[in-house]
Amino acid sequence: MKTVTLTLTNPPELMLEGQNITPDNFAGKKAAEIATLDVWEGKQKSPLGKYFTVEGDGGATAEETKIVLRGDCTRVKRIGQQMTAGEIVIEGNADMYIGGWMKGGKIRVKGNVDSFCGIGMEGGELVVDGDAAHHLGSSPRGEWRGMQGGVIRVAGNAGNDTATFINGGTIIIGGDADIHISTHGEGGTVIVKGNAKGRVGGQMVKGDIYVFGTIENPLPGFQMVGEVEQEVDGEKGRFAHYIGDLGERHPVSKGKPVYANLYTRT
Amino acid sequence: MSELLIKNGFVFDPLQGIKGDRMDIGVKDGKIVEPGTLSSPKTIDAAGMTVMAGGVDVHSHVVGPKVNVGRLFRPEDKLFKSPHKSPTCSRMEMGFSVPSTFKTGYDYARMGYVFVNEAAMPPLHSPHVHEEIRDTPIIDNAAMPVFGNNWFTLEYLKNNEIENNAAYTAWLLRATRGFGIKVVNPGGSEAWGWGLNCVNIHDPVPYFDITPAEIVKGLIETNEYLGLPHSVHLHCNNLGNPGNYVDTLESLKLAEGYTPKNEFGREQVLHLTHLQFHSYGGDSWGNFESRAKDVMDYVNAHDNLTIDMGQVTLDETTTMTADGPFEHHLCSLNHLKWANTDVELETAAGVVPYIYSPNVKVCTIQWAVGLELALFSKDLMRTFITTDHPNAGPFTRYPRVIAWLMSRAARDETMKTFKWLERTIDATSIDGIDRELTLYEIAQMTRAGPAKALGVSNTYGGLAPGMDADIAVYALNPEDMPSNPAEIEKAFSRCAWLVKDGIVTVQDGEVIAEPAKRTVWVDVKVPENAQVQRDIYEHFLRHYSVKLDNYSLFEEHLHNPRVIEVDTTE
Repeated sequence: MKTVTLTLTNPPELMLEGQNITPDNFAGKKAAEIATLDVWEGKQKSPLGKYFTVEGDGGATAEETKIVLRGDCTRVKRIGQQMTAGEIVIEGNADMYIGGWMKGGKIRVKGNVDSFCGIGMEGGELVVDGDAAHHLGSSPRGEWRGMQGGVIRVAGNAGNDTATFINGGTIIIGGDADIHISTHGEGGTVIVKGNAKGRVGGQMVKGDIYVFGTIENPLPGFQMVGEVEQEVDGEKGRFAHYIGDLGERHPVSKGKPVYANLYTRT
Repeated sequence: MSELLIKNGFVFDPLQGIKGDRMDIGVKDGKIVEPGTLSSPKTIDAAGMTVMAGGVDVHSHVVGPKVNVGRLFRPEDKLFKSPHKSPTCSRMEMGFSVPSTFKTGYDYARMGYVFVNEAAMPPLHSPHVHEEIRDTPIIDNAAMPVFGNNWFTLEYLKNNEIENNAAYTAWLLRATRGFGIKVVNPGGSEAWGWGLNCVNIHDPVPYFDITPAEIVKGLIETNEYLGLPHSVHLHCNNLGNPGNYVDTLESLKLAEGYTPKNEFGREQVLHLTHLQFHSYGGDSWGNFESRAKDVMDYVNAHDNLTIDMGQVTLDETTTMTADGPFEHHLCSLNHLKWANTDVELETAAGVVPYIYSPNVKVCTIQWAVGLELALFSKDLMRTFITTDHPNAGPFTRYPRVIAWLMSRAARDETMKTFKWLERTIDATSIDGIDRELTLYEIAQMTRAGPAKALGVSNTYGGLAPGMDADIAVYALNPEDMPSNPAEIEKAFSRCAWLVKDGIVTVQDGEVIAEPAKRTVWVDVKVPENAQVQRDIYEHFLRHYSVKLDNYSLFEEHLHNPRVIEVDTTE
């Protein structure tokens, strides 16, 4: 695997639209060619090299390409958008839409990320060492197909509206989550290791949510049906099992109605 | 002014019966002229290419409130599907199934179309319709107000007052700058206000004490009394449900005994729109099947009918119709988002996204039904290509529909992708049809036929001297047709040349000029009718939320009008 290192030497004044920063776009290109790829700052189109120094060449394919971003990328959006393979390491913070519509490969952010990260994700892995803001692994605006596959792992806290319209994949939040998790969910799994604020699983049809801590304001649309012993993300525990959202429609599979599952640790 | 000569093309003009003769077409001052009369024309070399009149779309939903609702509530329809600004167009293009007004105009032009009929205008919202018509570049537009659930119409027809209904119709056409009489789910959309529907044509409309059958017959009589250019344009009751071909045949029979009376060359008294959605057998989604043969046998045997296909294109699209109850029904089938609205006293509408998937049996049967309608047709001057844009698919798929019709191989290629191929073949006749349509027949279905049915064949749809110089040149050689049907689709998607009003508008598939577009409407003069004037005044006073003076279209809403005048006072 070959490594391309981008160092932010000339930070943008506005937010930078970095959707071209993916192993797919860097594959097969020399450092000088990579520096000519387009990025947008506001309405201005500039070459990547205006903001970043580029060292190292891309691999032959996306799979063999690793990108390392250095410097403060708090204002760089859309890194790894729609990537299908390869690896990206961001050695600090990053802005919105990191790993959006990602299909494969791996992104590791060593700092925090802003909102809309991993939206519409279909595969691959997004790992955030710090916190994530809102709409993590959610659906794009207006879309009823949210996260469909892959894994998002956030070590810190997450904001509101995580996993809206999720229908596949897994989201693991190490800390706390704000309001609205898996709204309209039709599948997939969300694991919150800390506490959740409220409105967890509203209008959920299918899928699983695990909350290790407490839910401050649980929804009345969920009903407790028993207790279960389960291993979740490597941890064994005893969980109260709720089904819901009883106010939503419920498809029938093999003669039985399908409900979403909500587990809270007892 | 300007002169243009399109040389040596293979010309297909069904209105004149020209079947691929090698000819020159002359253009002078925006009109077609005999080539010999030109002095020093610019020339377009169309050797080895197909030359047709500009395309005419009989039924499409491209402007107005429900289209705009579709644009607003489907931001995902634009995500990654909006090309960056074309180097040759002046405005940004956006969206796929509900494109922006600009993309609508450009894409129709790229396909060689020049006239598009907006098939449903809620009269109350006609200013919005005309504002969007103004913003749609290049193509000429007409818009048909909906009458099938209008309280005035229902009252007059209940009392069998055809003359009064005609006076009201004339008033509304003028108030909305409308083109003709559109009927959507007659009575059913009104019943939807009560949470009900009219599922067959003898199902009475609540409160009004009239049936859909009486509404349709009354409107045919009204239409022929007035002698409008177009006939009644009917979207039947019970759209989209298994077994509805029975209702469709009953609706078709309503036209029996009526003959067209008009001065515009129209020969039908009833146009049945998106017939694909109305030709289903079976009694559930389990035994859903095609009844296209039964329906087309009837249509083939009756000259006073025209139809369009409503071809399913197997895309993700946005359904939108004034058939409010149908959209609610559709939403409870697919559980996606739903918008619905009631337009006071006049009509209703709904919008729901829909995915026609090759993995779903019902969708692939629907695909076959649409093609069967065209392939069973004995008169392609009465059978038109549409996708009921965007209901069964976006209009940008017309070239694909043409490829399916012209090539058995193209149909086979698509059928190979079906998950339930065997069941689709069992439930339809599509696999037994080898017919491949010719370029002449495609010209009938996409320009000559629709122009004649709309009553505008003196201006659009043909290449006779004196007509508008709307000419599409396609890079297809009829003597050496491509063996790969994808080439046919490509050629019809991006015409080699489009001349609109004598101005070269598209070259090599790209828009290079944006000539002034027009709004086409029908102005009917009727004898003064005090009763109807009083009824209108009273209704507005008592029931409408707007005053009569604010209801009619203001002149500034109307853009570059072309008025078709009809006089019934003589």
